[in-house]
Amino acid sequence: MKQAEQPAAAAANSPESLRPLLQLASQEVFEMMLGCQVELRNPPAPAPFEFTAMVGFAGQLCGCFRLRSSRQSAAVMACKMLGAQLNHDDPQIWDAIGEMANMIAGNFKNKIVGLENRCMLSLPTVITGSDYKCRAMKDSYLLEVALLFEGAPVTVQVEIHS
Amino acid sequence: MDDVRALIIDDSFVMRKIVERSLRQAGIDLAEVWEARNGVEGLGALRRSAVDLILCDIYMPVMDGIEFLRQLQGVPNAEGVPVVVITAESRESHVAQALLIGARGYIRKPFTAEQVKEHVLPLLAETR
Repeated sequence: MKQAEQPAAAAANSPESLRPLLQLASQEVFEMMLGCQVELRNPPAPAPFEFTAMVGFAGQLCGCFRLRSSRQSAAVMACKMLGAQLNHDDPQIWDAIGEMANMIAGNFKNKIVGLENRCMLSLPTVITGSDYKCRAMKDSYLLEVALLFEGAPVTVQVEIHS
Repeated sequence: MDDVRALIIDDSFVMRKIVERSLRQAGIDLAEVWEARNGVEGLGALRRSAVDLILCDIYMPVMDGIEFLRQLQGVPNAEGVPVVVITAESRESHVAQALLIGARGYIRKPFTAEQVKEHVLPLLAETR
């Protein structure tokens, strides 16, 4: 696994400079918790993402983290985490994608030097359905990393407000 | 390490199963595993059963891991039992607080079975 050579310093960085940290944070969680390599996919492919897990950042880094996937991919994540087969409507799927979001968001935050005590994470929230829009707050910046997980697209996003 | 009785406290069912699997992958033979969704349930489990190891999340509803550690003092079955906190958060203040009030170790999510082994086995070796 590729390790971050030097975590970024929080205050001095532009949002775009955090992209490699978001990529690495995501790849590490998929590899360590699911035993899967995920590939970067650029540009992002349009996909019917039915599951969105969100974690809020508050403090020096203020914004929202989102992990988006299809129902099938969310079910595969849950199966890999539990080491068991699940039905596609099993409630553990919500739990699993919420925990994945929590770990990726935490791992991302932990890679930004100086942020440890200056940023808090919310508990994850998982929503289902794709017929919604996120209205960005004024001056927010959207970092998006598209991944290929078990051949299916998955997206991680950080909307940075400040 | 054989016949270890573990208490795993996390509000996520999935995480409790991952922690249990990681302990087994670390070569720890689990004789019994109790699960609790928060600190209150964890304290209840300890009043009913003796354990050798406690793994505890920090952020949980009802009673978080910090309060659980505070209330652990004086619980008969908890005396001398190592507590390892597991969390995705790395705020030094929370980790320091957990260690100050009795946690013996700290594992950051995401983690590997190898990391669990490195943190847990020495603690079990000390106390058993």
